[in-house]
Amino acid sequence: MSIKSYAKAINEAHEQLLRDDERVFVIGQGVESPWCVGTTTLGLVNKFSSDRVIDTPISEAGVTGAAIGAAMAGMRPIVFHPRMDFMYLAMDQIINHCAHWYYMFGGQVNVPVTIRGIVNRGNEQATQHSQSPYAMYAHIPGLKVVCPASPYEAKGLLVAAVRDDNPVLYIDDRWLYMLEEEVPDEIYEVPIGKGKICREGDDVTIVAISYLVQEALQAADNLGDKGISAEVIDPRTLKPLDIGLIIDSVRKTRRLVVADGDWPCCSFAEHIATLVYNELFSHLKSPVKCINFPDTPIPASTPLEKAFFPNYKDIVRGVLDVVNQ
Amino acid sequence: MSTYNLPDPVFSIKNIGTDEMIHLLATMMRIRQFEETIADLVTDGKIITPCHLYTGQEAVAMGVCYALNKDDYVFGNHRSHGHYIAKGGDVKAAMAEIFGKATGCSKGRGGSMHLCSPKHGIMGTSSIVSGSMAIAVGSALAESIRGSGRVTAVFHGDGVPEEGIWHEAANLAGLKRLPIIFVCENNLYCTHMSLDKRRVYDNLAEVASAHGFSSKVIDGNNVLDVFYAAQDAVNKARSGKGPIFLECRTYRWRGHVGPNYDVDLGLRNQDELDAWINRCPIKHFAKFLIEKGILSEEQLNTMISNVANEIDEAVSYAITSPYPDPVELANYVFKDGNI
Repeated sequence: MSIKSYAKAINEAHEQLLRDDERVFVIGQGVESPWCVGTTTLGLVNKFSSDRVIDTPISEAGVTGAAIGAAMAGMRPIVFHPRMDFMYLAMDQIINHCAHWYYMFGGQVNVPVTIRGIVNRGNEQATQHSQSPYAMYAHIPGLKVVCPASPYEAKGLLVAAVRDDNPVLYIDDRWLYMLEEEVPDEIYEVPIGKGKICREGDDVTIVAISYLVQEALQAADNLGDKGISAEVIDPRTLKPLDIGLIIDSVRKTRRLVVADGDWPCCSFAEHIATLVYNELFSHLKSPVKCINFPDTPIPASTPLEKAFFPNYKDIVRGVLDVVNQ
Repeated sequence: MSTYNLPDPVFSIKNIGTDEMIHLLATMMRIRQFEETIADLVTDGKIITPCHLYTGQEAVAMGVCYALNKDDYVFGNHRSHGHYIAKGGDVKAAMAEIFGKATGCSKGRGGSMHLCSPKHGIMGTSSIVSGSMAIAVGSALAESIRGSGRVTAVFHGDGVPEEGIWHEAANLAGLKRLPIIFVCENNLYCTHMSLDKRRVYDNLAEVASAHGFSSKVIDGNNVLDVFYAAQDAVNKARSGKGPIFLECRTYRWRGHVGPNYDVDLGLRNQDELDAWINRCPIKHFAKFLIEKGILSEEQLNTMISNVANEIDEAVSYAITSPYPDPVELANYVFKDGNI
């Protein structure tokens, strides 16, 4: 164990996966570029050569397709997109091909590819450099979706994604790159499909995704000062979802707030709300509160940006709403 | 409208044995019988899945696949019955798939446009035009990293270089000198639209060359020419000399989809269709083998009756096979179990 940043944890997972499994290779645009992936793949080309850590032309669809095809041929590629916004150019390859191939051919050809989508927003980057469309991908049958919210999850989920026999979309968030915690030095997996209770509480359940997990923990501290005990859950995997963990928590607290850094319409927050209503409708003390982005494109100007992205204060307000009802 | 006004195929025997040539003819006949039987079954309402028939193009699939090893990869498209059969795929399993049966090669999940047989290197087909281009480049990349020598062939129509991903895939293959063959079946039409209405220049091979491919234009109705060109391409690819583009000029007799000819719709004219039917790749090759004394009329008649029986058996197998059980609808979403 040692203290590692989220970025370092991702880098270490790559290095250990490349070291342990010759089927693993990394492909994407800007493996050594500070604009693209921060320090998450720094040093890998020198250690493993450009045959296995491949910088590419700016061809999102072509490069993603190539990773998919290599996975069909038995490799374990990690294909990364420095910004998820640009990953839309590869949607046909991801949805029509990668996610559906195993089903479409009756289970004969599986696609063990890890598609890494990096969320990179803030600093007035505007809407085409800011998006995190989790729900759009969770909508697709055949695709697993994981969203690490801490350095420990970041390393363990990447290892699990690469070892999974199915396509996994791994969404990491540059707002978390400097976050530090104790992380094992050896290689390990965080199981896909298992959520985590980050903090126990009795009065309300807060389910938060990705960067909003940290905000939810801060909100829980703040609420504690107000005498409200909040339980914080990080699903870690959006698909397959550990809904049992959430249901059990809400059965206890009878109140739910979901913090989801994505647009509201058909969002992951709405999905969780629906699943909870289906199980616990008459048991709830108040309606589920969903905290999402405003239903607008993402602005550039700093005051607008600050108004746009939810933080712990929005979560505190959301909890107070449901507790006071 | 350019139809290339190609002369009748002229065959020359190079490095190929008589048994091999008879095998090429027999497999092309099998593809033809498969497709023409399906045309009748679609007309009769027995087959529902949209079928894009390969009749007329058999020499391309056969010539290319015969140059490949069993473990070389093939990727196809919506019109891939011929590729599947030429690479060695099981005819009964394909017919059952087209009937939507549980015994189909894709267990009834894929239909006519999604045939697969990994043990023959047939890793799948995409019905999204251009969909399998980058994926095929990926299998070539995998083998390039492993240094295995396995080659990938991807079949695509003349419309595919109008898609952006064709260029992305081609550039990547050229840049990394990958062991891949792009087999462009130029049948002059992309769905309803002829080549001259879609492209500024009739220059598919030149465009591939610009991406670093070795390019060649050949008569796609001459199975021996296709085979020789494919053999050369496979040798180049396997020895690390980079990607190859083969433009095979040919013609699909049937319309874009289904059993009709698209003449009735005003999309093609009868003279053009008749000219290409006269250039039938099977008829000319059979005639050549008979003239050379390699094949007798009697042998040919036996082959005709053999493929007819074989395809009849495949149809019976498909018809008598069970449908997939709706209880199993959600099988094969994820490899580790149900959704």
